[in-house]
Amino acid sequence: MKCAVIQFPGSNCDFDAVKAIEATIAQPVDLVWHTATDLSQYDFIVVPGGFSYGDYLRAGAIARFAAVMKEVERAAADGRFVLGICNGFQVLTEAGLLPGALRRNESLQFRCELTELVVANAATAFTRHYQEGERIVIPIAHGEGNYYADEQTLRRLQTNGQIVFRYAQGCNPNGSIDDIAGIVNERGNVLGMMPHPERAIHSRLGSEDGTKVFTSILQVWRETHAAIQS
Amino acid sequence: MDVLAKIYVTLKESVLDPQGAAVSHALHALRYDTVSDVRIGKYMEVTLSAGSEQEAHQLVRGMCDQLLTNPVIEKYTYELVEA
Repeated sequence: MKCAVIQFPGSNCDFDAVKAIEATIAQPVDLVWHTATDLSQYDFIVVPGGFSYGDYLRAGAIARFAAVMKEVERAAADGRFVLGICNGFQVLTEAGLLPGALRRNESLQFRCELTELVVANAATAFTRHYQEGERIVIPIAHGEGNYYADEQTLRRLQTNGQIVFRYAQGCNPNGSIDDIAGIVNERGNVLGMMPHPERAIHSRLGSEDGTKVFTSILQVWRETHAAIQS
Repeated sequence: MDVLAKIYVTLKESVLDPQGAAVSHALHALRYDTVSDVRIGKYMEVTLSAGSEQEAHQLVRGMCDQLLTNPVIEKYTYELVEA
C-alpha cells in the first residue's frame, strides 16, 4: 500500500504521520509537497496536523485551495483512503470532503492532553480492528476542534453511522456537538478526526491505541487488492 | 473603477459564539448590566477594480462565498465604496 503525507507550509505533524505509518504497518510512504499535481500512485493519503498557512482567515481555509487538494479530492472520489488529522480534518471540511465545520473550542483554550474516546463505529475501513464501544486513549492538541453541523446533517451522520469516534461521556474537551471527535464521509473512505492517532502508537508515547487506525486500513486495502487480483 | 469592499463576517445565529459569551461576561463584570448579548465577527477591507458596480458586487459575493467565509457557520454583509 503506497502512502502519502501531504505537507503544507505550517504542517507540523507530517513527520509524526510518516513515522507512524513506518512503525505500525511498515508500508512505503512519501512526503508530498502541497504543489504536487499527481497523487494517482497513492492508495492512502494523510492530511496531517499543524497550522497550514498559519491558520489565517480560518483553519484550513487557504490550504483547501492548494494544488494538491484537487488530487486529494480525486483520490476520495476514486474510493482511495484519505485520513485528515486535526488541521487535516479542518482542511477536509473546508474542502467539502466532509460535512460540518470546526469552531473555536467552547472554553476558548488550546487543549493539549490525552483524551478518552469511544469507538462509535467499528465497521469502517479505519476502525475494524477496534471493538464497537471500545474506549481508547488518544491525544488532542487543538484550539479549534469544536465540531458543528446543522441538525439535518447531524441526523444524517447519526443515521448513516458516520460518527466514528466520540469523546467519552464527560470528556468532551471542546464543545463538539454529540461529542463528535471523528467522522467519515458517506462512502466511508475519508476520515477526519481531531485526536492524533499518529501520536499514540507506542506505550512510551503514553498510548498505543492509535495503532489500529493504520492496521485497519492496511487490512482493508489488502482485502480489496487481493479481490481485484483474483 | 476602483472600489473598496467593506465586508462583515459573523457567525450564524444558530452557532454559539464562545468568544462573544466570554466578552459579554466581562462586560457584566464591569457593570455594563444592560448588555444582553455580544457576537464577535471579522471585518475585512478588500480593494479591487471592476468594470461596473454590478461586476464589483459579483466579484465580492464570489470571493465571500468561495474563500472569505465558511457558509456552514458564517454569514456576511458588505458595502461598496469608491476607493
